[in-house]
Amino acid sequence: MTWSPYALIEAVMPHLSIAPILLPLLTACVLLFLSEHRLRTKTAVSLAAALLNLILAVLLFQWTARGDAQGTYSVYLPSNWDVPFGIVLVLDRLSALMLLLVGVIGLMALLFAVARWHKAGAHFHPLFQIQLMGLNGAFLTGDLFNLFVFFEVMLAASYGLLLHGSGPARVKAGLHYLSVNLVASSLFLVGAAMIYGVVGTLNMADLAAKIPQVSAIDRPLLHAGCAILGVAFLTKAAMWPLNFWLVPAYSSASAPSGAIFALLTKVGVYVLLRLSTLWFSPQAGESAGFGSAWLVWGGMATLAFGALGMLASQRPARLAGYAVIVSSGTLMAMIGLGRPEVTAAALYYLPTSTFAIAAFFLLTELMDRSRSADPGVQRRPEDEEDHLPFALADLDLQPGSNLDDDEELLIGQPIPASIALLGLAFICCTLLVAGLPPLSGFVGKFAMLSALLSTPETGGTLTAVTWTLLGLVVLSGLFAMIALSRTGIRFFWAPVGRKAPVLNSVEYLPVAVLVGLCVFFTVRAEPLMRYARDTAQVLYQPQGYIDAVLKTQPRATPTNAERMGAPAPQVLP
Amino acid sequence: MEIVLAIAIGVLTACGVWLLLRPRTYQVIMGLCLLSYGVNLFIFSTGRLALDSEPVLIPGVLETLQNYTDPMPQALVLTAIVIGFAMTALFLVVLLAQRGFWGNDHVDGQGDAE
Repeated sequence: MTWSPYALIEAVMPHLSIAPILLPLLTACVLLFLSEHRLRTKTAVSLAAALLNLILAVLLFQWTARGDAQGTYSVYLPSNWDVPFGIVLVLDRLSALMLLLVGVIGLMALLFAVARWHKAGAHFHPLFQIQLMGLNGAFLTGDLFNLFVFFEVMLAASYGLLLHGSGPARVKAGLHYLSVNLVASSLFLVGAAMIYGVVGTLNMADLAAKIPQVSAIDRPLLHAGCAILGVAFLTKAAMWPLNFWLVPAYSSASAPSGAIFALLTKVGVYVLLRLSTLWFSPQAGESAGFGSAWLVWGGMATLAFGALGMLASQRPARLAGYAVIVSSGTLMAMIGLGRPEVTAAALYYLPTSTFAIAAFFLLTELMDRSRSADPGVQRRPEDEEDHLPFALADLDLQPGSNLDDDEELLIGQPIPASIALLGLAFICCTLLVAGLPPLSGFVGKFAMLSALLSTPETGGTLTAVTWTLLGLVVLSGLFAMIALSRTGIRFFWAPVGRKAPVLNSVEYLPVAVLVGLCVFFTVRAEPLMRYARDTAQVLYQPQGYIDAVLKTQPRATPTNAERMGAPAPQVLP
Repeated sequence: MEIVLAIAIGVLTACGVWLLLRPRTYQVIMGLCLLSYGVNLFIFSTGRLALDSEPVLIPGVLETLQNYTDPMPQALVLTAIVIGFAMTALFLVVLLAQRGFWGNDHVDGQGDAE
């Protein structure tokens, strides 16, 4: 047999799926032991770990992707308990995709932070690694309570990252963010406890197998529990009206934190997709399709809110915050429809929109800084309140500035390279967020809309829901384009006689890579769509997931061998 | 016993929600504490209430929930208490930072309320 990297992965496979949790955890522990004076060492360790995390995610992604359409699952029992009792980690196509997303955005945000942001306060690197651990864990776990724990890990790190750099605006936004998330966590606990009280298990696959058997008397209680749990996830996924906290918090966070926060809402979306396909599949009897109407209408309200918010905001960071809401609303509405082909398109849209928004968050920082040519000046967030009408002072014409009738000054005035690069990245982000051709934002939206319009089950007639959603997606694109081109004109065209901003290549690289990935998504749209289609198909056949988890046996060890009917392994004296 | 516990959870949660909606940061943190007490008691109660029964197996006693109390919610509530405690401590730090920056204890940093 010839050697291949797959053979190596296969050899360590069930164990490799816990590596994305262990690696950032151990790195964070190591980083805590290094003093703040050894920033160079800390940076090197942190960057190496983030790079390794990305490599792990790529390996796991390839491992799941090469399986057939029936789905490849890796089930890992961290404590070697029998399945419904212990914690399980489950890796499937969807989690592998999300892990890859964390790997890429994590590395890029860290690279951006290394240029200057990591010096703005203590313990940036450990917090960042714990953030990665929480995200990876939330995507891997197959247990409801373990999901709560990873949610809390992720949130605890995000509080730290939000407050990183301090300042009144951040502390105020952080206080609100903390209170909202603590209440959401309480709701999570209440929901999980109610579900445990009714069904008697917290394993997601076991729950999926037992939900159809719940008696009619207990079913309303189960549904109430699921609804309360859902509110917690919807708060995280920023559904209107539970998303008022998002824009102030995300726009006051430092740019690398903002980029990683673009992922946090996707955790909510991921959990909604995972649990709704597992628990409320057509096999779930009375519970089939529970809450999907809420998801569709709530998603549409979120989409409308986000689009209007984009029109109303002036600061680039706030625009990025509303772009998060628009992306999340689109995904929730599409997932809520519960149609595999629509979900497949949404799964193509999810990574590309997340990359675009993360790049936009990083870019806003560079744009804000470009307003003063001196890179040493750090604009404080409280100077950046939204004033209406925007920047009238900026628009005052100075004597000698060029107008259309007086074109002489335009000639021979070169565009500085840094402004050109920033402008190019901004145009790409605009195209991606608004969903205009030729970039992948358009491909994603087009795939979703064409999937929406093909209705084999209703015999060719489109329902009002479909039309509303279609209209909203198109309108939100228009609104995003108006808002973003207005900001682009203000930042790149209107200022006259400004010095060229200093552009640090380490800071520009992550933006370029993220935008470049979206270009890659455009070029390789067909194979990526195929992956998304297979993923969606596997998601809507939850029996494979349930069987894979419930049939996993713990390994025979001296302590449990007798119980499992296996000969006890020889223990060396 | 059920009614007593239910009333206790209800009162704690109601007080927690009311305090949470108040404009002072101290009231908010007290509200969050009361809310988490209510939630913890609620988790505890999902294992069904039982008198004089223990979660640890005793040799010779049949392993059903008739003879034992469910150990799972107790384990869950322990985790929830630890996490809730840590989050309250973190909230306290942010509360003090907010007070330091804005010079008052209003959640929005504006001292003109009330």
